[in-house]
Amino acid sequence: MGRQGTEGVRAGGPRDAVCGVVPARTARPRDTEELAGLLAEADRRGWSVAARGGGTGLDWGGRPPAVDLLVDTRGLVRIDHDAGDLVAEVGAGTPVSELTAVLAAAGQRLSADPVRAGGTVGGMLATGLSGPRRLLTGALRDLVIGMTVVRPDGVAARSGGRVVKNVAGYDLAKLHVGGYGALGVIASAAFRLHPLPPALRLVELPLPSLAHAERRLALLRAGGAVPAAVDLDWPARGRSRLRVVLEGTPAGVDARAAEVVASLGGGLPAEEVRVSGELPPDWGLLPAGGTLVRLSVPPADAPAAAALAAELGGAAGTGARTTGSARAGALVTAFPPGADAGAVSAVLEGLRSRPGWSATVLRAEPHLHDAGIDLWGEVPGLEMMRAVKRAMDPGHRMAPGRFVTDTPHTRREERP
Amino acid sequence: MPETAHPIPAAVAALVPRLREICGGDGVLTDASRRRVYDTDGITHHREVPGVVVLPTTAAQVAAVVGLCAGSGVPFVPRGAGTGLSGGALPHPEGVLLATSRMRRIVEVDPDNECAVVEPGVTNLDVSRAAAPYGYYYAPDPSSQQVCSVGGNVAENSGGAHCLKYGFTVNHVRGLDVVTPDGVLTRLGGKAPDSPGHDLIGAFIGSEGTLGIATRVTVGLTRLPERTVTLLSAFTSMDAGGRAVSDVIAAGVLPSAIEMMDALAIEAAEAAVACDYPAGAAAVLIVELDGPAAEVRSQVAEVTRLCAAAGAFETRTAADADERSRIWKGRKSAFAAVGRISPSYIVQDGVVPRTALPEVLRRIDELSRESGIRVANVFHAGDGNLHPLVLFDDGEPGAGERAEAVSGAILDLCVEHGGSLTGEHGVGVDKACKMPRMYSPDDLATFDLFRGALDPRGIANPYKLLPTPRLCGEVPGVRTGVHPLVESGEAEQF
Ligand SMILES: Cc1cc2nc3c(=O)[nH]c(=O)nc-3n(C[C@H](O)[C@H](O)[C@H](O)COP(=O)(O)OP(=O)(O)OC[C@H]3O[C@@H](n4cnc5c(N)ncnc54)[C@H](O)[C@@H]3O)c2cc1C
Repeated sequence: MGRQGTEGVRAGGPRDAVCGVVPARTARPRDTEELAGLLAEADRRGWSVAARGGGTGLDWGGRPPAVDLLVDTRGLVRIDHDAGDLVAEVGAGTPVSELTAVLAAAGQRLSADPVRAGGTVGGMLATGLSGPRRLLTGALRDLVIGMTVVRPDGVAARSGGRVVKNVAGYDLAKLHVGGYGALGVIASAAFRLHPLPPALRLVELPLPSLAHAERRLALLRAGGAVPAAVDLDWPARGRSRLRVVLEGTPAGVDARAAEVVASLGGGLPAEEVRVSGELPPDWGLLPAGGTLVRLSVPPADAPAAAALAAELGGAAGTGARTTGSARAGALVTAFPPGADAGAVSAVLEGLRSRPGWSATVLRAEPHLHDAGIDLWGEVPGLEMMRAVKRAMDPGHRMAPGRFVTDTPHTRREERP
Repeated sequence: MPETAHPIPAAVAALVPRLREICGGDGVLTDASRRRVYDTDGITHHREVPGVVVLPTTAAQVAAVVGLCAGSGVPFVPRGAGTGLSGGALPHPEGVLLATSRMRRIVEVDPDNECAVVEPGVTNLDVSRAAAPYGYYYAPDPSSQQVCSVGGNVAENSGGAHCLKYGFTVNHVRGLDVVTPDGVLTRLGGKAPDSPGHDLIGAFIGSEGTLGIATRVTVGLTRLPERTVTLLSAFTSMDAGGRAVSDVIAAGVLPSAIEMMDALAIEAAEAAVACDYPAGAAAVLIVELDGPAAEVRSQVAEVTRLCAAAGAFETRTAADADERSRIWKGRKSAFAAVGRISPSYIVQDGVVPRTALPEVLRRIDELSRESGIRVANVFHAGDGNLHPLVLFDDGEPGAGERAEAVSGAILDLCVEHGGSLTGEHGVGVDKACKMPRMYSPDDLATFDLFRGALDPRGIANPYKLLPTPRLCGEVPGVRTGVHPLVESGEAEQF
């Protein structure tokens, strides 16, 4: 058993609220062992448990009926950086900004764009989302090479390791990235890192129409520029734009940017195609307020999906702005704060009706939770996920109501 | 051997009529002589004759067969091309061996969505061949790619020499149809990325057939690079070569491959294929750079400079396919070539952090000198994946055991230095008993919880991947001579 039982446990407050639900108590373990002791104690007492990091994603996911214990991971701060191996093992409570700064000092980075400012590494992993720069090095899930998780019964278990190439054992970290803590609390993770590229070019151009957007994306696929990101920004109204990020050597990125401009800029006035040397400070960040929907589509459908979200939103009387990786088909639709539950539902329904598309609500505003909106839609493999949940968290105490394995909306499986 | 040597066990025999209905008469092999063909995978010292072999042609047939197994508690073992090097496809003598060799359809190549949809028996290389007319290829390239199946790649999370830059199978699969051990067919993901809920695709990949059978795979395709350049750098010591590897990585260059060979491996390759590497080299590095021409040009200059600074006495640059294949020839032939300088050898597969390479190579050298067992080193230096070849004469009494001890000690070295028991060959039966060296009892129990969630009856490829008392007493692996696939020219081993 770990060192800590319930000592250091205090009453929860409004700043700890999970989707508006104030937890009965919170505790802040200082290391994995304390975290294990705490969860073992919660297990004995039958407490329901949720975890928090920076608190930037506490309003993401489903609303829990109640939380008996909120584990504050911000005491789990540790950066163990092997610069020569391009690997870092990081405590879950480490602020992403701190990790970024430490790695940058050694000329390295974790090649995933954070989508929220002020978050922790654990929060980023548990919500699973990363931004548009995923074409060369993969998304967040591709960069995790090992993970230590404390199970609901207080047992700390590791999968993977600290080397990039490793096929020993199941890759359990995959279940926890984007798993909202439903199978345990992430204590630490090891990441594969990349060198900071010496140079970057951002090519930005307007997309006057859907046909235009599709044509530009086809040209990009056919070209040899090898972008790190192809980011679409499709507002509810007004002109859309495409942003292409190139990373490499100074001479290399200049030549590649010129190629992209020559190939994609055709027919556009020269002053509308901009090339710059760095990303804007808000690159990849999602709006801090309002309902957010993750929209995954076959990549060639990305512009059509963004356009449809805007159109459905318009018809339902709300704005819907879609951004994200057009090349990967990984998009996010953002609604303005206060968007009506009926309108959001109408957009979701329209998007979910397309074969091969999925639309899941990342963050719902409180009135959407009140209205009982279906956050997940149809989730293929749900029966398998439920079997895993039953085995790993038989008491259904972890992240109650937060994740798809634990929601009232039971949808049928897709059968091939 | 007489037919009666391998009678069909009663529990399996009882299923045969139903299996015939499901797969058709020619899709069920009951003859001992025909079953014996499947008695081993790529590590030929583990042998078991399967109770029965089925060759389904559709996912529905796979689901029906597995459902039948689930209903009767008879174990099943999935098999692709049988090239696995950890005994993952070793049959169960009282079970069904389910081979995907008749599920070989490329369902679709979709260049607009940069993906292909294939059945599990399709060979890895056939995916790239089908994609080539569109300017694409399938990036994970195990050296067995001419024969190994995409289903087997999924089960082993296979990679190849180029995974340093492009990653493994798990980084390229977007969709999977799987038949879980309860006989249920489920479609996970598809052409879209980031399927909602838990990433079951990611967790299934690398599960070595213990969570079910993949019946359809949607793989992402990668644009063929505009330019590829291969460098060969020769050094007078392994230390100097190792330093060059570290310097290249530290400089922020990400080659698609960095391969290294030591003097013994070079000697073997010269003897076998006269690859004409620089005379007097105690180590050679092969570095491949690919990408946009504008980037590759400066990277070639940078790598050449760094190798020279680390002590390379000669660096050759190959820019066309012909010259490139001449450089790769020695490397690709190395495993088979070792058969020329030693009657028997063990191929080990372990991983160390790249920075530990010089230290671990020195320790391997010491082990070799102390034991009098020669070790040739040929490996993926960029990601620290060692493939030491432990040479011995199986005619000499006790030599096999001593070689085995050296091979095991090398794995211990890998784990001690923070590495892994296996970088690409998997755990299978071969390393199941070694898992406790790398993972704690709690870690292993957690793996088992996950396995049990999807296979509560324990019928999916039992005795593989995790240690069990029944298994953990057997003698691990020895190979004699050249692998048959290499000999027949169907596969390269490197
Ligand atoms: C000469 C040689 C060179 C090699 N080089 C490499 C290399 O460079 N890199 C590398 O990673 N590996 C390499 N290997 C190992 C091997 O080729 C790979 O592991 C390959 O992916 C196995 O594919 P297979 O179709 O032969 O699978 P099999 O050997 O038939 O099976 C392997 C495992 O997968 C399971 N399985 C098979 N099909 C399915 C399915 N459809 N669903 C679920 N489970 C399934 C089996 O039960 C078994 O556990 C090499 C092997 C040889 C002989």
